[in-house]
Amino acid sequence: MRGQEARDRAERKAAMATLAQSSGDDVVRLWNATGLPSEAELLRGPETGLVTVRGRIGGGGSPFNVGETTVTRATVRLPSGQVGHCYALGRDKQKARLAAIADALWQDPARRAEVETGLIAPLRSALATAHERRRAETAATKVDFFTMVRGED
Amino acid sequence: MYVAVKGGEAAIANAHSLLADRRRGDRSVPALRLDQIVEQLALGVDRVMSEGSLYDRELAALAIVQARGDLIEAIFLVRAYRTTLPRFGYSKAIDTATMLVERRVSATYKDLPGGQLLGPTFDYTHRLLDPELAAGGDVAEPLQRETETQAMPRVSAILAREGLIEPDGEMPQDHVPGDITREPLEFPMARDIRLQALSRGDEGFLLALGYSTQRGYARNHPFVGEIRIGEVELELDVPELPFAVPLGTVRVTECQMVNQFKGSAKAPPQFTRGYGLVFGQSERKAMAMALCDRALRASELGEDVVAAAQDEEFVISHSDNVQATGFVEHLKLPHYVDFQAELDLVRRMHAEYDARENPVKADDKREAAE
Repeated sequence: MRGQEARDRAERKAAMATLAQSSGDDVVRLWNATGLPSEAELLRGPETGLVTVRGRIGGGGSPFNVGETTVTRATVRLPSGQVGHCYALGRDKQKARLAAIADALWQDPARRAEVETGLIAPLRSALATAHERRRAETAATKVDFFTMVRGED
Repeated sequence: MYVAVKGGEAAIANAHSLLADRRRGDRSVPALRLDQIVEQLALGVDRVMSEGSLYDRELAALAIVQARGDLIEAIFLVRAYRTTLPRFGYSKAIDTATMLVERRVSATYKDLPGGQLLGPTFDYTHRLLDPELAAGGDVAEPLQRETETQAMPRVSAILAREGLIEPDGEMPQDHVPGDITREPLEFPMARDIRLQALSRGDEGFLLALGYSTQRGYARNHPFVGEIRIGEVELELDVPELPFAVPLGTVRVTECQMVNQFKGSAKAPPQFTRGYGLVFGQSERKAMAMALCDRALRASELGEDVVAAAQDEEFVISHSDNVQATGFVEHLKLPHYVDFQAELDLVRRMHAEYDARENPVKADDKREAAE
């Protein structure tokens, strides 16, 4: 049971991470394609505020404040009772509302698969493609050192 | 005598509409869209985010347009906007070791795990103006190469294995990170607070100070241990969730400067470090920050404080370009009454001086008058 709970948490967090990283346009487009219900009671927001980004001295030392970033959050309750949350960088209120609904639907065992396959999986795959492309473009700029042989034998 | 007057309302309103006109410029030229600025003037956007201390590309782009490309004015606009938003909290500290790296170079090790990745750099370009850009031709897609799944540890971790470099900076156990947006500056200042001030400090000011350390004012023999640029994930602890909520990714530039150090009464001979971390792709700024961070650690490392770059109060008090521009630019606002008082004073002193230096002439004048 504990193991299952930990797995659920990790999966829910991964779904939230995918929604947070995806563009609002992609979320809306897929949402419309899946036909997921978008009715929910807004308990909070969507509202935009600041989160202070922390770094670490020397990369791994004590934390320090680097600067702020805009974050938009929303909390919703479905007619079936599940409460969902979203926090995402930027100021996209529509995306925050939909992502909070997605989080609430995800917690409904009857809806989870639909959210995962219709929304999260395609978003995750688009992000993975974009990341892989960026990695490959960066890899092409990797320096291959070679040694100049001087003189004879 | 000076009588205070009111006025200028119409002039101010008209000046602002003239500003709006000049900002737009020739109407036959298409207006800039924010996405064009975000995409094509990305490093200007990054500078506004870093010194405006707000990570939001569209807002930075809007500020740049509104400021007609005056980046310090844009930074000012962004800083002002920040104060209108509520604060949700402090993120968990980012981990630059897990960055999705877009550039990573080291000047200290040729062969290091993960390799030297040049990324989209100006280095090794010939700095020749490119007429093809003016013509607006198509640009080829970048090449791709198969990626290796090799971890990319920070260079500092590699040097640390030999024990020849100081560890990452640790504050005392119970230390809570300071926040210059909440508390006024106080000197002496802990390193974490200094780093916050440096990260939003003016690039030009920090660059000049960093340069001064290289030229011999607080010389400390720096090497670029590593520069890495890329995206890191951001997480926030919130009470409503049983895990840290992922917010998305931000692009940052990190610079690990490695400095020779012969040792002192307080520390053994070893490499010491300066650290730079800034929003966006801002390599020059991250390097300047790291040089200044190291110079400002003079007292901590038992070095003599002899140069401007080592003087914490001097550097941190003057590094913020919004404060600096505010105080310098306020000089152009009406000082009529102040100046009137000074004028009276100088007239009186001038007359006294004349009377003292040229008593005969003064006497002549008096006689002539009589």
